[in-house]
Amino acid sequence: MSSSNPLRDPADRRLPRIAGPSGLVIFGVTGDLSRKKLMPAVYDLANRGLLPPGFSLVGFARREWAHEDFAQEVHDAVKEHARTPFREEVWQQLVQGMRFVQGTFDDDDAFDRLRSTIEELDKAQGTGGNFAFYLSVPPSAFPVVIQQLKKHKLADQSDGSWRRAVIEKPFGHDLKSAEELNAIVHEVFGSDQVFRIDHYLGKETVQNILALRFANTMFEPIWNRSFVDHVQITMAEDIGIGGRAGYYDGIGAARDVIQNHLLQLMALTAMEEPSSFDADALAAEKVKVLGATRLPKDLGKSTVRGQYASGWQGGEKVAGYLQEDGIDPKSKTDTFAAIKVEVDNRRWAGVPFYLRTGKRLGRRVTEIAVVFQRAPHSPFDHTATEELGQNAIVFRVQPDEGVTVRFGSKVPGTSMEIRDVSMDFAYGESFTESSPEAYERLILDVLLGDSNLFPRTEEVELSWKILDPIEQYWDKHGKPAQYASGTWGPVEADEMLERDGRSWRRP
Amino acid sequence: MKTDLTDTTASKVNKALVQGRRAIGTPAVGMVLTLVIVTDEENAYDALKAANEASREHPSRTLVVIKRVSRSPRDRTTSRLDAEVRLGAEAGTGETVVLRLYGEVINHAQSVVLPLLLPDAPVVVWWPVNAPLDPANDPLGALAQRRVTDTYAAEAPVRELNARAEAYTPGDTDLSWTRITPWRSMLAAALDQVTCDVDSVEVEGEEFNPSCELLAMWLADRLEVPVKRSLSSGPGLTAVRLDTSCGPIVLDRADGTLATLSIQGQPDRAVALKRRDTAELMAEELRRLDPDDTYASALRFGVDRLNATADTAGSGSSGGTATATKAAQVAKDSPAGVAETLAKKAADKAAAE
Repeated sequence: MSSSNPLRDPADRRLPRIAGPSGLVIFGVTGDLSRKKLMPAVYDLANRGLLPPGFSLVGFARREWAHEDFAQEVHDAVKEHARTPFREEVWQQLVQGMRFVQGTFDDDDAFDRLRSTIEELDKAQGTGGNFAFYLSVPPSAFPVVIQQLKKHKLADQSDGSWRRAVIEKPFGHDLKSAEELNAIVHEVFGSDQVFRIDHYLGKETVQNILALRFANTMFEPIWNRSFVDHVQITMAEDIGIGGRAGYYDGIGAARDVIQNHLLQLMALTAMEEPSSFDADALAAEKVKVLGATRLPKDLGKSTVRGQYASGWQGGEKVAGYLQEDGIDPKSKTDTFAAIKVEVDNRRWAGVPFYLRTGKRLGRRVTEIAVVFQRAPHSPFDHTATEELGQNAIVFRVQPDEGVTVRFGSKVPGTSMEIRDVSMDFAYGESFTESSPEAYERLILDVLLGDSNLFPRTEEVELSWKILDPIEQYWDKHGKPAQYASGTWGPVEADEMLERDGRSWRRP
Repeated sequence: MKTDLTDTTASKVNKALVQGRRAIGTPAVGMVLTLVIVTDEENAYDALKAANEASREHPSRTLVVIKRVSRSPRDRTTSRLDAEVRLGAEAGTGETVVLRLYGEVINHAQSVVLPLLLPDAPVVVWWPVNAPLDPANDPLGALAQRRVTDTYAAEAPVRELNARAEAYTPGDTDLSWTRITPWRSMLAAALDQVTCDVDSVEVEGEEFNPSCELLAMWLADRLEVPVKRSLSSGPGLTAVRLDTSCGPIVLDRADGTLATLSIQGQPDRAVALKRRDTAELMAEELRRLDPDDTYASALRFGVDRLNATADTAGSGSSGGTATATKAAQVAKDSPAGVAETLAKKAADKAAAE
């Protein structure tokens, strides 16, 4: 965006951040993610007036589609999944820039066609050579696509235009493969050209962690080992693996969720105040936390993995993991993982961070609970505070985004009795309608080149360094504990916290 | 739920609000502001409907102040307050109190409104019609951080714009200004795409549509080039033409929904520029409650200085002097920086003429 534009004024805050002239190329455009999230997000952005005139969307897939078929597919996806109402005039604006390129990833002709499509769009739509490549493809196809982009000079940035690559998790399956993958990507794209999507970081509540911590005075003074007893980060899903057996088996919950989402949430919760709110400063602080994260010595006692067994989930009978289609009955893949880590710095020494995730748990919920120590002295007698738990601040990431503060309050009546109450801030109530989907925010950021909300190479590699020893330990010792579907995980997980004199919150 | 209170007071209304909330089982939800709508009976329904829709984005307590017309001199001396308290499903996501004022209390509406404001939350006053000439010094306007008026609803919009400019106080805003945000953002995006200097501008739209004047003044203020305001049959704004060193840039919206952006040397592109309804405007208006300096600066540019070098400039030297005097007047009671440049600009222009 040119800074010399006289119509732009930082004080003019009504004018939204509109991406400059640009286009988005989606590889694997026929996939679920593309239909359910990416296409609707593009439409929602256009509907909110955040895309530049002439914005172009190029689909790349094997299917034999003409441009019109592709447009029709996007149309259907948008009608079904978009967050904002469908408006014909917005659609008319978008549809002019839609193109489809048919081909496989190793097809040189197809990439030639893609290149000429992009050149044609530069002329017809004025996209100015600025294109982002969204790789919504299986990990195995990554290297091929990246190499093809290089071979056909699609990654070359020339005279002021940009090319960016957007990649989805998994970022490898251990440190070694992550390093290899990074090497492949960075051979073609510079580090400022690569955007790794962790859609959790695009959620408003996650960004709100930073606002809450660093824009207020009342939380930061108690945000340390003197007041915090421990932190629990939970991401629970109520669904099973569905049709993802091929991807999921051998990967498991820890690699799928803890390595990226939960460690990122932990980093945001634990990090020091960044010197500014730009990408470099944020990454620096997150890297410090991840670098200071240590695993306990006895991994057997401080980690738990599980597999869902058959059971009843919300009134529905569901099969166990080992009975799912396409899963080896002897599979040792974890569908539940709970680990304890410590952040070894002055602020957090001695405060355990418990991270857990799982499929087929009680309900779908993601939250961060910062649990505080009990008051060092209580003037009330034991019976009065029997029902008083520990104070807590809970960030509900999804669903029902918001923040809950839990503290004790006197029960009305003649006797002194203190019980937990909670005070609630619901994002949904205060700002619902304008709260955008994570993918909207992230796609816009990619087009604007704003990398605040994207994890970097170092963060990915540090996360694997944390997780790798656990995975290695699990490979050698025992097998996953079974837990009935629809419960909150195996009893071993409860025992793990009991050993520390604590218990899991029921989220 | 709905509670009707006849011949009541603010404290009884407050009590009804608390009781109502208890009855439907929701404690005070995270309401973010108090919106006071000052209107007559005729416009109350539409305004409240828009406010309720906007409240989905900004849960608020909405106070509708309806000043009833007294028929006889005797009615004018007896005063009465009727209130209708709406909670839950009937009031969007917040609470609504419709206050009907009769007789003498009409002139003391602030005494009814003050006790009903949410503690600690910002107050916005909105006059859908019949806004006072000096909103900040209106007894109700004085309670608010933000005062929303709508020059489009005024009888003589252009004259009203002048009055707004003279009385401008930080926190004032105009729905006619809100209406052009999509236009402004599209024009800014268009200029992002080229590196040319703009030489002159033409803004075309309906007569008596102050949004056209505001857009023209904004462009004149930011670009510092002559801006011509020309008339068309609408609807609303129809076109903006920028003459630049690399050819014309035209944003043309003939039908009120889909516009065409043409830039010399680039293909024509369709852009969605639908006219928005009042609820959407209010939602945008409530999103930021800080003073809108850009609006102030555009407004103070002055309608009289439009069409300056165009052939219609019949204002002559006396007009120029008048503008300069007015700008100097504004300079006296407004933040120094803006006003100074403004006065200087006006003086330059007067000299040139």
